[in-house]
Amino acid sequence: MAVHLSTRVGTAAALLALSGPLLTACSTAGATADAAADAHPVAGGTLRYGLSQAPTCADPAQSGTNQTIYVTRTVVDSLTDQNPKTGEIVPWLAESWTVSPDAKTFTFKLRPGVTFSDGTALDAQAVKANLDAITSTLKAKAPLASSYLAGYQGSTAVDAQTVEIRFDRPNAQFLQATSTSQLGIVSAADTAKSAEDRCATVVGSGPFVYDSYVQEKSASVVRRAGYNWASSAVHHTGEAYLDRIDFTVVPESGVRAGSVASGQLDASSDALTQDAPVIQGAGGRILSVSNPGVPFGFQPNVQRGSLQDPAVRQALISAVNRQELVDTVVGADFKPATSSLASSTPGYRAVAAVTYDPDRSRKILDQAGWVPGADGIRVKDGQRLTFSVSFTSVFAGNQAILELVQQQFKAVGVDLQLKLQTTAENTAAQNAKDFDAVYYNSTRADGDILRTTFGVTQGRNFNNRTAPTQLDETLVNQQTATDATERNADLATAQQQVIDEGLWIPTIELSQAIGAAGKVKDLSFDASSRLTFYDTWLGA
Amino acid sequence: MAGYLARRLLQSAGVLWAAFTLSFLILYLLPSDPISMMVDGVAEAGTLDPAATAQLKARYGLDLPVWQQYLQSLRGAVGGDLGLSITTGRPVTGLIGTALPSTLALAGAALGLALLAGAGLAVATAWTRSRRLKAFLRALPPVSTALPTFWVGLVLVQIFSFGLRLLPAFGDSAPVHVILPALTLALPTGAVIAQVLGDALESTLHRPFIATARAKGVSRRRILGHHAFRPAAVNALTVAGVIVGNLLAGSVVVETVFARNGVGRLTQQAVLTQDIPVVQGVVMLCATVFVVINLAVDLAYPLLDPRIAAASGPAVSGPGRPADPAAVAAPATTPRDEELVHA
Repeated sequence: MAVHLSTRVGTAAALLALSGPLLTACSTAGATADAAADAHPVAGGTLRYGLSQAPTCADPAQSGTNQTIYVTRTVVDSLTDQNPKTGEIVPWLAESWTVSPDAKTFTFKLRPGVTFSDGTALDAQAVKANLDAITSTLKAKAPLASSYLAGYQGSTAVDAQTVEIRFDRPNAQFLQATSTSQLGIVSAADTAKSAEDRCATVVGSGPFVYDSYVQEKSASVVRRAGYNWASSAVHHTGEAYLDRIDFTVVPESGVRAGSVASGQLDASSDALTQDAPVIQGAGGRILSVSNPGVPFGFQPNVQRGSLQDPAVRQALISAVNRQELVDTVVGADFKPATSSLASSTPGYRAVAAVTYDPDRSRKILDQAGWVPGADGIRVKDGQRLTFSVSFTSVFAGNQAILELVQQQFKAVGVDLQLKLQTTAENTAAQNAKDFDAVYYNSTRADGDILRTTFGVTQGRNFNNRTAPTQLDETLVNQQTATDATERNADLATAQQQVIDEGLWIPTIELSQAIGAAGKVKDLSFDASSRLTFYDTWLGA
Repeated sequence: MAGYLARRLLQSAGVLWAAFTLSFLILYLLPSDPISMMVDGVAEAGTLDPAATAQLKARYGLDLPVWQQYLQSLRGAVGGDLGLSITTGRPVTGLIGTALPSTLALAGAALGLALLAGAGLAVATAWTRSRRLKAFLRALPPVSTALPTFWVGLVLVQIFSFGLRLLPAFGDSAPVHVILPALTLALPTGAVIAQVLGDALESTLHRPFIATARAKGVSRRRILGHHAFRPAAVNALTVAGVIVGNLLAGSVVVETVFARNGVGRLTQQAVLTQDIPVVQGVVMLCATVFVVINLAVDLAYPLLDPRIAAASGPAVSGPGRPADPAAVAAPATTPRDEELVHA
């Protein structure tokens, strides 16, 4: 196939060859630069990739974990794509679309000439069959895709290339959702299969095709010949550069890092801070990007204990020294949180109150009548200012982060108890709302994550709020706003309101860290911080 | 003999039933359930139609009262059907079947290595006349048992794969992949064998018949290799169950370090996702292996050691493993006199 050299490719490749923190910038943002001599993408070769966990399913619609999405993303295209730099939704399988003013009806005009790898054509009927299958045969088996399609009424193939999708309620987030791999389009034949059969293999229209998929073990994809419908969010057009990608599950992080350093793997997931020197020492690098969505933070149960007092929740927000968390625990690849949304989420707006200011915290608590007791912990009406936080070790740094936050809270007179739980215990506690506060994060490259996280009726509402407030009004409004500027204004208000009501006490933004050997070029992240291999090529 | 066999088979069935029931109870008592975890595992899922979750629970029979779930899975298990994995939706027997060859290869290779090294060490310990060397060799098994398998695996990978680049660090597609994991797993297993066989050799060498053999001028090599080793090896057979247990438990760690897709990894993943049918399937597999090995060892005893057959022949009371086989032939009054052997 033809080898393209656009400036953007050259730029990214040159920057990728560097190591260290600079990569944070280049992985999401195309930057300035000098085209290095080795920046000509070369087609061919097999990339050996080490996943940190087994992919759960070959079907994009049923995939949820990052490791699964890294694999499934390669074989399907979506109706739209999202530019990782701007968050803008751009054409992919759909060359254009319209959204009804009430944000209930979405009409997509499909790009002509697109085929699935089984040779069948991508048409309106196939898109309809995909969405129908998610809401009928997959349902809870595809939790993400199902939540994106909440209120789905049906689709109509207006003509072969036009599909109309209807919801019973405003659903502005759906446009971004069409760019996710969960709503990636599989062949019409696959949509007739059972959830279990779809997990074994699917046929998509993507730049790669499944060669083999062995549950819990490995997956291989090969380049799709004749692929010619990449979106503008990636750096080249035509076929992918790599001949083949072999995904192997290597659970132990030290083994993954050593394997990249010793040339047994070309790249691998979840490179820990201690693995970086091993990979960099062998001429490799760590690519990192911060996840969009809701950053790590405490979600307080407003019905329980001292967290019922809004003043306490406000005081906690300014009591967290986020820079210290980054500097001492997780390292420079991570960013301090600055809002109730992570900075890479489209529509993100920094909220001033999310700033370390222990004096503000003390003043608020003093004014609210919480006075320091004998042991330094504040007391009001005989009640000690104490609460517990339930968390899991799903992110390895959680415990250390919370131990430091514990000290920071103590400095303003608040006692924090840590409750490390297994995933099972945590799920049970969350469903029963049996906690003072929960600590976690959620990834989604759309501000609608605020609605599903905080909404009283439309969200998980771990805050345990009972009555809707202005926030809920804003969260509904953003779902009806079809204009991006208008919607972003709503989301900015919502971010502010979440903080004003003390419903989230943010700490740090999650980052993905990928270890890559020096010869791996242009391995990049999509808008949801998931790896894309379409632009990737192997240098000398 | 037939009566004895029937009784033992009945006992074995009882053990399997108890293992099944206990594991069912424990898994049932765990907080949460696999469906909630699967749905909630995807944090960004937001809210999901509760009806859809309920439908999924019904599909796996998780909406039934606990005793019905128990009876249903027990009935299936008796018929050899272990149900469907909740996370992958595939039959549990199939999942175990796919994972088993990798674990068998690993455990087989590790057992072979452990037997060679363990027996070699035990014999060397008995053979050497240097007290210092003997003390050193005796200290090896407890030390190797104390080393964490996880750490040993990582050290071996560091040296032989990342450092010397001789062997692959992960995988299970070619025979060469089994070397490092088998070495790692053989270490604790070999230590058990060395310990048990070493002790048995030591006590056998103090028996009167060894003294007699020595007095008749039998060579030292023949005394150790023939007269002492055979009864000691039979003695060591008592721990066959423990050794297999070691191998199965070790495979969970070793398969994770070396990225092998065996029963150990399957177990680890199933426990994490609370995939009850898979965990139960693995529990049943392990219980069956234990029961079969212990039964086989008990039945093989009289064949291997005529003294046991003579002392408690099946015709009289059925074969049985004496608490201390050495006691059958060796009176407690035998003087512990090393010179008797080594002079």
